[in-house]
Amino acid sequence: MTESFSQAWSSTLQALLQRGSGAGADLVEVFLEHTDHLGLLAEQERITSVNPTFARGAGIRVFLNGRDGFVSTNDLSVDGLTRALDQALAMLNLEANGLAGSSSFEGLGVLKDYALEKTSWLQQCPTMRDASSRLLEGTSQLERLGQHLQVRRGSYARDWQEVLVAASDGTFARDIRLHQSTGLSVLAADGDHRSSVGRRYGSTDRPDDLFTWNVETSAAEVCESAGTMLRADYVEAGQMPVVLANRFGGVIFHEACGHLLETTQIERGTTPFAEQVGELIAHPAVTAIDEGLSSGAFGSLSMDDEGMEPQRTVLIKDGVLQRFISDRAGELRTGHQRTGSGRRQSHAFAAASRMRNTYIDAGPHKPNDLIASVERGLYCKSMGGGSVGPTGQFNFSVEEGYLIENGNLTRPVKGATLIGDAKDVMPRISMCADDLDLAAGYCGSVSGSIFVTVGQPHIKVDSITVGGR
Amino acid sequence: MTNNTLDAGKLRNRVQTLATSAGIRQWDLGAACSDDCSVQVDRGEAKQLKAAQRSSITVRVWNSDGLVGITSTTDLTDSGLARALEGAQQASAFGNPDDVPQFSPMASDPLPQLDRPLMPRQGILPLLKDLRAAEAELLSRHPAIQTVPYNGLAESLSTNLYLNSDGAIRTMERTQASLYLYARAEESGRKPRSSGAIRMALGSSDLDIQGCIDEAVERTVSHLAYQPIETGSYRVCFTPEAFLSLIGAFSSMFSARAVLDGVSLSTRESLGQTLAVPFLSLEDDGLHPDHISASPFDGEGTPTQTLPLIESGCLRNFLHSEATARAFGVKPTGHAGLGAKVSVGPDWFVVGTTPGQTSGQELDHTREADTFVLIEDLSALHAGVKATQGSFSLPFDGWLVKGGERISVEAATVAGDIRSLLTSILHLEPTQEVTHRGVAPHVWVEGLSITGEA
Repeated sequence: MTESFSQAWSSTLQALLQRGSGAGADLVEVFLEHTDHLGLLAEQERITSVNPTFARGAGIRVFLNGRDGFVSTNDLSVDGLTRALDQALAMLNLEANGLAGSSSFEGLGVLKDYALEKTSWLQQCPTMRDASSRLLEGTSQLERLGQHLQVRRGSYARDWQEVLVAASDGTFARDIRLHQSTGLSVLAADGDHRSSVGRRYGSTDRPDDLFTWNVETSAAEVCESAGTMLRADYVEAGQMPVVLANRFGGVIFHEACGHLLETTQIERGTTPFAEQVGELIAHPAVTAIDEGLSSGAFGSLSMDDEGMEPQRTVLIKDGVLQRFISDRAGELRTGHQRTGSGRRQSHAFAAASRMRNTYIDAGPHKPNDLIASVERGLYCKSMGGGSVGPTGQFNFSVEEGYLIENGNLTRPVKGATLIGDAKDVMPRISMCADDLDLAAGYCGSVSGSIFVTVGQPHIKVDSITVGGR
Repeated sequence: MTNNTLDAGKLRNRVQTLATSAGIRQWDLGAACSDDCSVQVDRGEAKQLKAAQRSSITVRVWNSDGLVGITSTTDLTDSGLARALEGAQQASAFGNPDDVPQFSPMASDPLPQLDRPLMPRQGILPLLKDLRAAEAELLSRHPAIQTVPYNGLAESLSTNLYLNSDGAIRTMERTQASLYLYARAEESGRKPRSSGAIRMALGSSDLDIQGCIDEAVERTVSHLAYQPIETGSYRVCFTPEAFLSLIGAFSSMFSARAVLDGVSLSTRESLGQTLAVPFLSLEDDGLHPDHISASPFDGEGTPTQTLPLIESGCLRNFLHSEATARAFGVKPTGHAGLGAKVSVGPDWFVVGTTPGQTSGQELDHTREADTFVLIEDLSALHAGVKATQGSFSLPFDGWLVKGGERISVEAATVAGDIRSLLTSILHLEPTQEVTHRGVAPHVWVEGLSITGEA
């Protein structure tokens, strides 16, 4: 077990911050990290891969006149950290001169320790044997409940991370994060017909999560979807209304709009909404929220990667843009106040404004009201991944879809891709149901891959391009 | 600039000592360390300057029952290595008895000679100067180009090792540099457009910066006058880059690991069977002189080699690790990672016309008079490709070409099945182009579904 971070790091960090501030930096930030990862894969009746990974490192960031230099290293010795700091200073033409008197840094106070109640979490997590048993139970349930299954897989990942953040503005905070995710997936094949379906479940800060996972329910959901989609026809392409199911359907808001409300996008000049705070950018039916507070949700935090406590940020209220998701650099460069959203995959990345638990809020309708309002369209029960480009064009794939004909779900269809433009599609989300639910996911962007939650109730988009055959 | 390097001999002695004291007789490892630096700019200002010193090691151990466990760590101190060995030993209790990797029988064979001299690194401030100049020129080339939101200039020095307890030692040191420029252009009353270009080289001084600027400008500006396209079935021409993206997304067709796992479109019986039109050939050439990231050995120490995958339209070989090669009764091909369950993947595809074969067509995307869609770049392959099913539905950038006139296509997708596509190839143009993904000509395909907004 690696030695924990503690108040004992104070003198080393103070010396570094003093050195950086004395050199003339506007702000110096040190991010230290230990991680302990375990990944397991079960295939059919065997555990086929067990991957423990340990890592440690530091990311040192120096700001001067709105610019920043960032250096990461695996070397946590005093010499290693000093070398990294000096390299970051040199990027901004600064040089450590050892003149403590020229610094505005007033020293670090008492450590703000969010990790105190979490120190035993790693020990409370499932052992390799526990996790193996649960995954094999999963693949066994898939075998019992599914038909025509050629491949059955179960996977588990546990990511434990201890971080310590210190900055020359006095920030000094420690946290322990625990993310666990479990997945089941199958490949069904019958003659030329094939379907591949997977589901992933994730939680934050719940060491016993794997023990409480309802394996049978998850396996049943995967098998039902795989069976339905095995002989599904390809969707007929075109413009049509779509109804997106709750939970992971929220990826549409994440991709279509959420990324464009990060201050990094203002900095790049890639969001069409930069000057539209207070203006109507979505249908009045849409209220959207980003927060880091929901208990156990994959994107929840005690503090962000810059030492700030997360907030509940209302992004859009009744269609009107309220505010952006912001980090330290975002506040500095765009003027949007920090929201506790400075996040990064690891010490190797500088923090950036990133989403946490992001969702469209519940509306007044019942899910069936939305389907009943469509004469001919597509119902997207399960979504795959997606992405957004630098012009706001987004796309995402539909894993499990059904035709809507005369207000009723009819036959399953596959191969659909939804594409569109954020500015065009947000005003077309005309109905929201009352069944808000969240789903765990991973988001890859400028500061690496991070844990997030997407979510929404059932929503109706009046018209969108559905790619297919 | 620091010099973050690994000494193979010393590392081997340290690990051997620690392994002996832990009662471990058989082990191997892969290690890597690197010094990287990169810059990004925003309208003349340095946006972010980054540097990193990274080191990591992945160690495998075989326990007394012959089962394998693995652990990775970034802590290369003695205590870090001891912890990694302990973790691997613990994991070996869950090793898969049905699929036990062994040392590659070729882990000590002679390595191919790669002509990849180490190039001097410039350091971060010269990189910043070059990128600022590149951004300024790009912005000056067309009034509609207002920003270059995604840009970066990077250089690195890295060392990779493979060692095992039988005495195999593989080391490789290389320098590498990359430049990407993705511009955003917008004209009044029109939707913004974005495109860009990438260049790679052994050193930052060798990067074709001017070529990257020219390509980024051309690709961005040429899409300003866009129109929606009607949904329908079209004759399609893929640029080399687009075709390599697509074939790469279905590379599990060629992976013996995927075949054994039942997640490939191919089976053991697919070897020798027709997979594509007879005039198509495909090889994996990790030693190609234009492959900047070439390595002389894979994760198991097996020498890299050139491997024919499709000849005259027939599937000839699979890509192998040690374990999959043993299962198929062949030699490893140099395409393995390092793991308890070893991954297998391609290095560098080269697509071309089978010698002595012809399509019987004379299609040329620069002169063709009949209507076709020219697909320049495919997006969202991670979401739109179903590799286990063979299907794809992908957004693309491209043009509708009518009577020789190119009209940029707004927001459209192309969909199909890779098996049908490979047997529907009409023609491979004679000129092969080198891209950062591999080598290919323009590839013509009949009858693909395009969905547009018209």
